[in-house]
Amino acid sequence: MADAALASRPAPSSAAVLRVKGLQAWYNESHILHGVDLDVREGEVVTLLGRNGAGKTTTLKAIMGIVGKRTGSVMFRDCELVGLSIERIARLGVALCPEERAVFASLTVKENLFLPPQIAKVGGMTVQQIYALFPNLRERLTSGGGKLSGGEQQMLAIARILRTGARFLMLDEPTEGLAPVIIQQIGRTIAELKREGFTILLVEQNFRFASTLADRFFVMEHGRIIDAFSNAELAGKMDMLHEALGV
Amino acid sequence: MTIFGHVISWPQLYGQLLIGLINGSFYALLSLGLAVIFGMLTIVNFAHGAFYMMGAFGAYFLLQLAGLNYWWALVLSPLIIGAVGALVERLFLKRLAGFDPLYSLLLTFGLALIFQGLFQNYFGASGMPYAIPKQLSGAYNLGFMFLPVYRGWVIVASMVVCFGTWLVIEKTKLGAYLRAGTENPTMVRAFGINVPRMVTLTYAFGVALAAFAGVLAAPINQVRPGMGADIIAVVFAVVVIGGMGSILGSILTGFVLGVVEGLTKVFYPEASNTVVFVIMAIVLLIRPAGLFGRTA
Amino acid sequence: MSVKAVVAADVTERNRKANAVAFGVMVALIAIAPFVAYPFFIMQALCFALFACAFNLLIGYVNLLSLGHAMFLGLASYVCAHAAKVWGLEPVSAIAIGVLAAGALGFLTGALAIRSSGIYFAMITVAFSQMVYFFCVEAPFTHGEDGIQAVPQGRALGLFDLSNPWILYVFVAIVFLFGFLSIQRIVNSPFGEILKAIRENEPRVVSLGYRSMQYKLAAFTLSAALAGLAGATKAIVAQNASLTDVSFAMSGEVVLMTLVGGMGTFYGPVLGALIVVSMQNYLAQFGEWVTVIQGVVFVACVLAFRRGIVGELAARAKISL
Repeated sequence: MADAALASRPAPSSAAVLRVKGLQAWYNESHILHGVDLDVREGEVVTLLGRNGAGKTTTLKAIMGIVGKRTGSVMFRDCELVGLSIERIARLGVALCPEERAVFASLTVKENLFLPPQIAKVGGMTVQQIYALFPNLRERLTSGGGKLSGGEQQMLAIARILRTGARFLMLDEPTEGLAPVIIQQIGRTIAELKREGFTILLVEQNFRFASTLADRFFVMEHGRIIDAFSNAELAGKMDMLHEALGV
Repeated sequence: MTIFGHVISWPQLYGQLLIGLINGSFYALLSLGLAVIFGMLTIVNFAHGAFYMMGAFGAYFLLQLAGLNYWWALVLSPLIIGAVGALVERLFLKRLAGFDPLYSLLLTFGLALIFQGLFQNYFGASGMPYAIPKQLSGAYNLGFMFLPVYRGWVIVASMVVCFGTWLVIEKTKLGAYLRAGTENPTMVRAFGINVPRMVTLTYAFGVALAAFAGVLAAPINQVRPGMGADIIAVVFAVVVIGGMGSILGSILTGFVLGVVEGLTKVFYPEASNTVVFVIMAIVLLIRPAGLFGRTA
Repeated sequence: MSVKAVVAADVTERNRKANAVAFGVMVALIAIAPFVAYPFFIMQALCFALFACAFNLLIGYVNLLSLGHAMFLGLASYVCAHAAKVWGLEPVSAIAIGVLAAGALGFLTGALAIRSSGIYFAMITVAFSQMVYFFCVEAPFTHGEDGIQAVPQGRALGLFDLSNPWILYVFVAIVFLFGFLSIQRIVNSPFGEILKAIRENEPRVVSLGYRSMQYKLAAFTLSAALAGLAGATKAIVAQNASLTDVSFAMSGEVVLMTLVGGMGTFYGPVLGALIVVSMQNYLAQFGEWVTVIQGVVFVACVLAFRRGIVGELAARAKISL
């Protein structure tokens, strides 16, 4: 009750940026999401946990509009995203950093970085700020996108959505397959973004990494949310997580 | 002098080389257009020859009906025919985008039949004349040969357009959108770029290139309904030889094969019609993906 | 038996019955036709029907689009005409040589084209067929623009006088049915099952140890030979062979016939051939409009009617024809 009243007022720290209700999604004939409910508030880092195949990536894609068919409701600030095209959703301020990173091999690093257009006049990081955050990218500007290491590709994939002015970022398994040193760097980067006021929906299997950053957690299994809790409650959830995530 | 048992003179040789370069110009422009369309839409535009033909007719109509001369035609005809292409993409090709690419191929094939049939109905098989513009008439005496001004213009103009296109695609931001859109269209949409519109415009651009070639061809080849069908088989062979993986590859293959065809006419005229196809057969034996192609 | 197995057996039984009925209807129509329409027209239609069936073997069951199939029809037509007229062979031998020529051409072009993907494959067939067209324009034995005229109809196997229209009709009907049944046999054989498997999932078939290229090449050669059978027979029926037979327009027409009738069905190409040939006869007075109308039908089919007439009917009745 109180929550609903709060959500409708533009209160800075508890306003819901994203509200997903009953989201179902299909890839061709496969019914992947069976009714997902979650929310992300302004300035939060929310982590979506779950095993492989639980539907985490599909959830992000469904929010972005990249699945075959979806029903339910995805409210982004005041807009219903279900029914909108991918471009429209992106232009509203939603940015996706996909699991496969999707760095364009036929473009140089510089072209990759500057490809996403400005979707908002304010809110995007300047080029200087980006180079400060990702110094190794500056050295590799003229390299082909396909020539980067995994870590560099991840940095580039994150960097390029920061220029656009989108303030809501969806990061899909940013640490997957990376060396511990790089993972730490990414952790620092996300922490910095949080400080800057970005709102982040993070998908991770590595929940130790997520636990240092996230304000709240949602746990997914078989296309549904089976639990939701805050960082403070994390300690008490370890047994359940060991079961659900198999770690 | 005697080469390979044939007695020819230097002017003859240069003359044929020139014709070869001119044909090469058309092959290059047309296979470039096909490659651009294929890169973005993954379809082979079987209507490409028809658009080339309509580009030439566009120049003819602009002159007959609006009194607009060649220089206007060079700009307007590609724009108009390009707009027709955009319509085709929006109305027909978009609808088939999710299906087997076979159907898009068949659709463009059917469109070629319609376009050619329509023009053949009104104009028969004979050609309409189109005069060389005054500014480009006459010839330069280069000493070792005479170079008709218009022919030199065709070669220069197509090289400029071809390499200009290459430059835009490889070196500019617009080209970056195109290349990224070819590689991963969904991701490009996820950045907020209207990829469907980009696809339409790319098709329109490829078609406009064909129409531009048509305008260039009008004063040389006469404006005939059958001119597209006549050239398209060779252009396909050029495309198969070059492979559609590289823009530069398509351009180079076009020019080189035109020259080869021209030279064959000097030394072995009976084979000049089929030499490109023979080369295609050979390339298929050693490198099925084409000389510059990327194996899937 | 499980419910699924019973249903499956039921479907196969319905299929069998439907196919038997369709075949019976087709044979009956072929038998009655000469009494209702011009036999010459029906014979031409039968030749084109066989041509379309041969084309359909490739596109319907191997998923290879050949846009130059006229080269097989036309080459066989020329070779058969030449064999009958200049070498004086009786029609069956002349046709056989035509078929061999088409098959050989199919094998050669197929060997080069088959390694390429569907897109390149279609373009290569266009290029090769243009090459064959140029060859036919220039080769002395084809007489260029004039074509080969006055091809004798002779006595089939030395026994049956084909200049008798009734005997000729029976002969053509037999050739057509032979070709049609051969295609059915091929498609329903183990060889055909592998072809269909290749169409569904080629990498899988390769991983099972089958050399998919060889199967595709064999299918291509068979398709070429059968198209050649149609062309050679047509040369005997029409008593000429001309450049139209190797033209690009002819290649386009066979695609249209198969599309309208229904790709990947047995009876679709037959129906499609009948429709297109009739259309051409009735619209002949409109000159070049025929091409435009064909193109419009083409586009309409691709956009809205991809299964073709027989394909649509079969899908509704949940059988395969």
